[in-house]
Amino acid sequence: MSAPVVRIEDLHKRYGDNEVLKGVSLEVAKGEVVVIIGPSGTGKSTLLRCVNLLSRPDSGRVWVEDEEVTAPHVDINKIRAKVGMVFQDFNLFAHLTALKNVMAGPVWVKKMPKEEARELAMEELRRVGLADKADAYPGQLSGGQKQRVAIARALAMNPKVMLFDEPTSALDPELIGEVLAVMKDLAREHMTMLVVTHEMGFAKEVSNRIIFMEKGVIVEEGPPEQLFYAPQQERTRQFLGKITELYGQSETE
Amino acid sequence: MSGLVEFWHMIWPHLGRGLVVTLKLSGGALLIGFLIGLPTALARVYGSPWLKRLATTYVDIFRGTPLLIQLFFIYYGLADPHLVPLAEAIGLPPSVLILSPMVAAYAALGLNSGAYQAEYFRGAIQAVGSGQMMAARALGMSRNQAIWHVVLPQALRLAIPPWSNEAAYLVKYTSVVYIIAVPDLFGEARRIMSVYYNQMVMLPFVGFIYLLMVLGITWVMGRVEAALRIPGLELEEPERA
Repeated sequence: MSAPVVRIEDLHKRYGDNEVLKGVSLEVAKGEVVVIIGPSGTGKSTLLRCVNLLSRPDSGRVWVEDEEVTAPHVDINKIRAKVGMVFQDFNLFAHLTALKNVMAGPVWVKKMPKEEARELAMEELRRVGLADKADAYPGQLSGGQKQRVAIARALAMNPKVMLFDEPTSALDPELIGEVLAVMKDLAREHMTMLVVTHEMGFAKEVSNRIIFMEKGVIVEEGPPEQLFYAPQQERTRQFLGKITELYGQSETE
Repeated sequence: MSGLVEFWHMIWPHLGRGLVVTLKLSGGALLIGFLIGLPTALARVYGSPWLKRLATTYVDIFRGTPLLIQLFFIYYGLADPHLVPLAEAIGLPPSVLILSPMVAAYAALGLNSGAYQAEYFRGAIQAVGSGQMMAARALGMSRNQAIWHVVLPQALRLAIPPWSNEAAYLVKYTSVVYIIAVPDLFGEARRIMSVYYNQMVMLPFVGFIYLLMVLGITWVMGRVEAALRIPGLELEEPERA
């Protein structure tokens, strides 16, 4: 058993009076797909952001591979470079074409020569099925296409783990499928993934483990079969019942 | 008719010189204002609390007081003999406090424009949105890299329309410098009027020259804006395939 790609130990984070994370511990093994579910405002996104220190935890420790993210004087840019992140609202660089968006990390962070970066970026765009949109600007793309470019942008850094923060929540229902399809491909290629989502179909089909979080703590975790069909906690059962009612399961194709 | 031609030949060298001074002052003050305004805006958005306070104080003072007082303060105020011991105390020759009218005009207009430009740039930087910065940092860019590669290219585009406004204002506001005897376009016109009492001709004519300058700026900035436009961000429905 190799060391986990992400290790989180007793993480606490508060915003003012609101304690968002109340001691969360979690490990993600290499090649594992872990899905985090739970009601909004329960600290799922904050937890994700603590992994690459976009949010700074008040206490607790985080490792990515063998490097401690929360150690003092750590070169956080170096760690972020190997942690891919995909946001709910895409955050593509609006002034750059799809191709330049994907080249951004390799060229500006890794100082890769432009020609090499261009080839790599085209490769990543092909991987998400958008090679023909290389010269389009974000404003010319649909939401689903934007999110696929954002995934390609993260992949171009050759990340050790991909963090997905509600990647389909801002999308029209008919565009969700294309993004989930790309994510499923990634899972099949054994990319290590930590995914916050309400897509229960995706969770059921792709994840190795589901974590149910509420009010800043992990209520229950386990393989999808256990959480969906034999939850140990009453709260888990209630939440899954409600979410299935709200979102349905139609996204699983 | 020949009298008019003769008159024109008499006044044009003066007006022409004045026009050159006005153009120099406008361009110089805009440039100084840009060089001060952009860092000030960055300090207000990204600076430490101390830097933020400093930048805000500067903007408040130069936006909150009349340009004329600023001009007088820099030209006459600094030349106050009471300041001589102060200059000597920090090892400067007292002569540095006595500015030429032109230098005082550049300083006052530049500092004043810098405060306004800082606000335009700050608005533009904030309009870019924190998501862009977050995405850049998540890729591993340093904050300076993110500002340089991601935030500024978008913010400067957004700042073009208000900045053109500032340029148009400034060209006209330079006309106050006649009051400290800078021989700008208006100053020269005023001298001609005081000799010939022809204000009914001179004022509309000089006003027309200012109008032409402003129209020129508007046209140039419109072209710049069009050239730098990001496809898909204009108001028309974006093309989708």
